[in-house]
Amino acid sequence: MNFELTEERQMLQDGLRRFLRETVTSDLLSEATESSEGHSQTLWNGLAEMGVIGALFSERDGGFGGAGFDLALVFEEMGRVGAFEPLLETGVLAGRLIAELGSDEQKALIEDVIAGSIKIGFAHGEPRSRYDLERVEATAEAGPQGYVLNGHKAVVRAAPSADYFVISARTAGNVADEDGISLFLVPAGAEGLTLRSYPLNCGGRASEMLLENLTVAHDSVLGEPGAAFTALERAVAYATAAISAEALGLMETIRELTTDYLKTRQQFGRPIGKFQALQHRMADVLIIIEQARSAVINLAGHLESPPALRARHVSATKYMIGCAARQVVEESIQMHGGIGMTQEYALAHLAKRLTMVDHKFGDTDYHLERFCKTQLVSAVPA
Amino acid sequence: MDLNYTDEQNAFRAEVRGYLEEALPKRLSQKVAGGKRLNKADYDLWHDILYTRGWRAPNWPKEYGGTGWDAVQRHIFDEETARIHAPRAVPFGINMLGPVLQEFGTQAQKDYYLPRMLKGEDWWCQGYSEPGAGSDLASVRTTAVRDGDHYVVNGQKTWTTLGQHADKIFCLVRTSKEGKPQEGISFLLVDMETPGVEVRPIVLLDGEAEVNEVWFSDVKVPVENLVGEENKGWTYAKYLLTHERTNVAGVGFATEGYNSLKRIASREYSGGRPLIENPYFAAKMARVEIDLMTLQTTNLRMIAKTASGQAPGAESSMLKILGSVIRQEINVLTREAAGPYALPFVSELLDEDSNAEPVGPDYAMPATQSYFNNRKLSIYGGSNEVQRGIISKAILEL
Repeated sequence: MNFELTEERQMLQDGLRRFLRETVTSDLLSEATESSEGHSQTLWNGLAEMGVIGALFSERDGGFGGAGFDLALVFEEMGRVGAFEPLLETGVLAGRLIAELGSDEQKALIEDVIAGSIKIGFAHGEPRSRYDLERVEATAEAGPQGYVLNGHKAVVRAAPSADYFVISARTAGNVADEDGISLFLVPAGAEGLTLRSYPLNCGGRASEMLLENLTVAHDSVLGEPGAAFTALERAVAYATAAISAEALGLMETIRELTTDYLKTRQQFGRPIGKFQALQHRMADVLIIIEQARSAVINLAGHLESPPALRARHVSATKYMIGCAARQVVEESIQMHGGIGMTQEYALAHLAKRLTMVDHKFGDTDYHLERFCKTQLVSAVPA
Repeated sequence: MDLNYTDEQNAFRAEVRGYLEEALPKRLSQKVAGGKRLNKADYDLWHDILYTRGWRAPNWPKEYGGTGWDAVQRHIFDEETARIHAPRAVPFGINMLGPVLQEFGTQAQKDYYLPRMLKGEDWWCQGYSEPGAGSDLASVRTTAVRDGDHYVVNGQKTWTTLGQHADKIFCLVRTSKEGKPQEGISFLLVDMETPGVEVRPIVLLDGEAEVNEVWFSDVKVPVENLVGEENKGWTYAKYLLTHERTNVAGVGFATEGYNSLKRIASREYSGGRPLIENPYFAAKMARVEIDLMTLQTTNLRMIAKTASGQAPGAESSMLKILGSVIRQEINVLTREAAGPYALPFVSELLDEDSNAEPVGPDYAMPATQSYFNNRKLSIYGGSNEVQRGIISKAILEL
């Protein structure tokens, strides 16, 4: 048992923290918010230059990391500054799926991904799928020219800046079958693919993606047709670990802001942090953040476990993160009082971004239900 | 980062488990698992089992006859003893007074008391709380007045756990009314056989007399029973409290409690199906199981800090709060799971050799008993509110 970072990871963490603290100013975030791309190209280039994207991939795939604890480290730092680069979509979701399933030609893209020269979106969720990974209504019909895709992909995050997409569509089976789901690697400008883009509460932009007789070549399928679900679930497990770590980073910064505020804000002739009612609430915030950190560690350490055990940890962690996020956000706004309500103050963006974590990859209800299912499978002790 | 135990740690666990399975009589573990009333002989037997193997003092260094285990080993030991349903090793001598004497006691005190503690020749209890000094411990009013080579002690201690079995008590007494309240406290060892000491049981809401009042009327205590310096007792008292908080999270107890809840919820029926399959109940169980899975890691992270030489600080306050809240939640669910049979209370059934006819399933009555008894978890050892105060000062620096 060991809860220390390796020397390499410690160096990456130190370097990344310093870089992000210097680079991610409030001006940079507002520019990124207002850009049509929905992120900061300056920041993206800087991350690529530091090798941060490479840290998300294993050596086999051309990177130098790729394990759960590498992802956790990178995303916690991104969370600390409230950055909203398309790192999760490109480096974890689309990137891992291409690395795991892609042909040699398709995999050649990873080098460009790691270099930061291309970004790849992940178009999977649909208006009626909510958080169900297996619920895919979009269809892909095989024809002589290749596949013809039709459907509607909902809230495709980071779509406006993507050069390619990994798109899921059903080549067989019923709407909620795990079997029959295929993934396609498609360039962003393809005919039949239209995006309607909009800004998000968490910063960044997303799109509704319409697939209208989008025709792609046979060799744009990733892996075996109809057999993508296992890889999909694995990639989303990694993404859940990443976003949980990002949430932890957000919590840490919110904790610092709130503790500082409690020490400096004067009312009734003393700092409000001298009042027991607030001290105890802040102590509870601190405790739940420690639990959130343990939850991230638990998941990062179980991503390569057998699927049932991994699913159990995915759901336990995401549930815990969802609970902690809500408590941290609501308590920190409350303890700030009026200033916590203003958009201009740094808390606003962090609090909104942290709140929106529960709307990605399954909320607390979804994961509690999923955890219950794994719990019933685990035997009752004698 | 590695969430796995080392080979040595796994071997250690196997060694502990092997010995406990061989040495702990079935009769005793069944009594503990069944929530039966434990008597002094049960505790003495358990202490002997540990002493025989050299494991009576997991937190002591070897030079005093302890195990010299590190924090992770102690954690494994706690998990294994909870798993096998061993009685709780009575902590007042070994875990609390022992470290104080080792740090602040005279050579004579160490030589006399520490071996007796290990062998179980003395049963110690804790004389800290008073009717007017609970969370505000520094306001103790029991006095000790120097009279030649004796102190004369007068006053009252309360909430003295298992004081009915004890023959020695360590006390915080007031030796001076000058200065701040903390500056006039001394740490005194009292033989409970001394004339003027009286123990009166306090029956708690679960019907059991687990705690007592201890009264002192002109009790003569030899001056050599003073620990450290006169009026410096507050320092020793605080030192003791940091040791009281080892195994503070009670993860082993929580895990065993949760396993027991699972068993009960799979035997109880609701709507013709096992209760554990009821989605509302299953969701409540899942919440606490997730809390517990997470606490296990939080506990190990903080233990790892101690193992690498950092003293347990305000982190133990976090563990105290988390552990007590989770254990109490498990108690709530277990009581709920027992259903209507949570109602009967037939005190005789808690006795080992009771001839009384059982009412309902054997787990039902202990479920209610534990629920009421464990309300104490968030009160004793520094209430959870006191712990939050420590966190806000020591960590948040508010």
